[in-house]
Amino acid sequence: MNKKKIATVWLGGCSGCHMSLLDIDERILDVAALADIVKSPVVDGKEMPEVDVAIVEGAITSDEHYEEILHIRKQAKILIALGDCAIHNNVTGLRNFFKLQEVFDTSYKESPSNDADGVMPDDPLLLKLNEKVIPLSEVVDVDFFINGCPPDADYIFYVIFEYLNERIPQPGGHKKIQYG
Amino acid sequence: MDKKKIIISPVTRIEGHAKISIDLDEYGYVSDAHFHVDEFRGFEKFCEGRLYTEMPVITPRICGICPVSHTITSVKACEMIQGIQPTYTGNLLRRLMLLGQNVSSHALSFFHLSAPDMLLGFDADPAKRNIIGLAQSNPDIARRGIRLRQFGQEISERITGEKIHSKGIVPGGMAVPLTKENKKYLLGWIHEATETTLMALDILKIFIQTNQDMVNSFATSPTMYLGTVGPNGEHELYDGKLRFVDEEGTILQDQLSPKKYLDFIAERSVGFSYLKYPYYKPLGIEKGIYRVGPLARLNVATKMKTTKAQHEFDIFKRLGKGKPVHGTFYFHFARLIETLASIEEISHVLHDDEVTSHHLKHNGYWNYDEGIGCAEAPRGTLFHHYKTDKGGKLTNVNLLIATGQNNPSMNRSVLDVARQYVKGPDIKEGMLNRVESAIRCYDPCLSCSTHAMGKMPMKIEVKDANGKIVKQLVRE
Ligand code: SF4
Repeated sequence: MNKKKIATVWLGGCSGCHMSLLDIDERILDVAALADIVKSPVVDGKEMPEVDVAIVEGAITSDEHYEEILHIRKQAKILIALGDCAIHNNVTGLRNFFKLQEVFDTSYKESPSNDADGVMPDDPLLLKLNEKVIPLSEVVDVDFFINGCPPDADYIFYVIFEYLNERIPQPGGHKKIQYG
Repeated sequence: MDKKKIIISPVTRIEGHAKISIDLDEYGYVSDAHFHVDEFRGFEKFCEGRLYTEMPVITPRICGICPVSHTITSVKACEMIQGIQPTYTGNLLRRLMLLGQNVSSHALSFFHLSAPDMLLGFDADPAKRNIIGLAQSNPDIARRGIRLRQFGQEISERITGEKIHSKGIVPGGMAVPLTKENKKYLLGWIHEATETTLMALDILKIFIQTNQDMVNSFATSPTMYLGTVGPNGEHELYDGKLRFVDEEGTILQDQLSPKKYLDFIAERSVGFSYLKYPYYKPLGIEKGIYRVGPLARLNVATKMKTTKAQHEFDIFKRLGKGKPVHGTFYFHFARLIETLASIEEISHVLHDDEVTSHHLKHNGYWNYDEGIGCAEAPRGTLFHHYKTDKGGKLTNVNLLIATGQNNPSMNRSVLDVARQYVKGPDIKEGMLNRVESAIRCYDPCLSCSTHAMGKMPMKIEVKDANGKIVKQLVRE
């Protein structure tokens, strides 16, 4: 069997899903034996190459995320939505109840620790936040949803391991699927 | 020649989403540098209108690397609103949780993110310069690093049943006890965790010895420091008072109540970053740059609470010859000394007979309309400040995050390193990695600081004054 390629990507999330992925502990070495991790927050990634499995944490909050998820879909045979933010916005989407401008004003103008001389972040280098946060499946087809906030490490390992062995994981195929 | 700009986008192997830009003058020398933090999630707004008691469950979702710090800081703010204190056992268990998270976060920073540079070399193949590459060349070191992180996570798992965003920490104490079996299990890790940390200290010391010039000239601009200390100035993470020291090490403020943070800290929003610029208010934004985190905590502390850590602390203090240690590289050293201290303290707390008691929680109700909580997160001092209406609904939320407070000096460190390593538009891979590693020394958690998150390919653009790309470099 050829060595597979995996990418793990962070969009609008808290990194908890990636931390849960790291909570597979030494089994990360079993994954590394079957696949090269070609792009991930914990390695020096380059442009995203074609991969067998892409695992995406977080919702889509900005123009850059939007472009990125399209690119990931193009490059990945299997796209996994990792965690509740990627699946249905979750905490990241709580700002949808407010206008983006109000959310900015609260942090950059009205916060009690702010001094009077601040300006709004507006550098062209910064990404542009979208008015509303949306989950991955509103933009692309998703092949597997791993639920939880964050998902259980054993469940994450089960799903990755099944795909790497060219089997299709079953929802509930791992006993400990739970929220929290 | 036109003025040029080098953009490193996004910074890799750090926990978050950021760009660095380096401006060159007409002679090709570095004229300025900026660290652009590139994400924003808006917790301060969307928590408004919710009940204050929801905050210990919402705020850990700011950051999956230090969720315990947010929960603990949040329940402290809730306790001020209720006017109650946690039980003795509640405090012990929370302290354990915080120390455990400190171990796992510091282990991640050292073994997963920084050791590859030290062991494989800053100029090694980028595809190999990571924890997996490390596992191939030094399998024993990588395995032990992974297990040290696991130990920290196990503490949360064994107390609350969850490693991340655990639910058992509540106003008034804890909702779940530690069983005798789990206490025994956790004690079983102490020896291995201590040995691994001592091994990491050896790796770091050898690296420092063989790279003296780099280490001692690496982003050394002096700053002030802020950290939490105990009643006698001892190093403290969970519960204490604040101390500010200046560049010379003179104590400016001591035994400050965190509740007065607004008297001493102000921040300014800046155009180039979603991350604000906090500063020490009495001195203003120019002179009041201060740092927080492991280096700051050791610089402000008078002593450590445990013996092995005290031994390393003495070595650390000698580096500064009585003054604070400003070299940014020494963040790594400070982080490992704290890891050792945390493991020793975990062992002490576990040996307290009350740790398995069921006197877990005091009950409280809404009494006051304002609460401020503070604790030392792995990356530095963390503040939560809530105001509520009479029904306990939040009317105002202010979060002052560790990495945010290091933002001004991260910018300065990037400039320091850029001046030293980037000369002209001729950029080499190793140089860029050094600029980034200045940032990595701070172990910035950008998910926290902008209440945000990130991603990481690697493309460098050199732009002229009109924004036209004159050179492009993709990392291989
Ligand atoms: S699902 Fe939960 S753990 Fe995952 S990124 Fe979102 S908030 Fe964090």
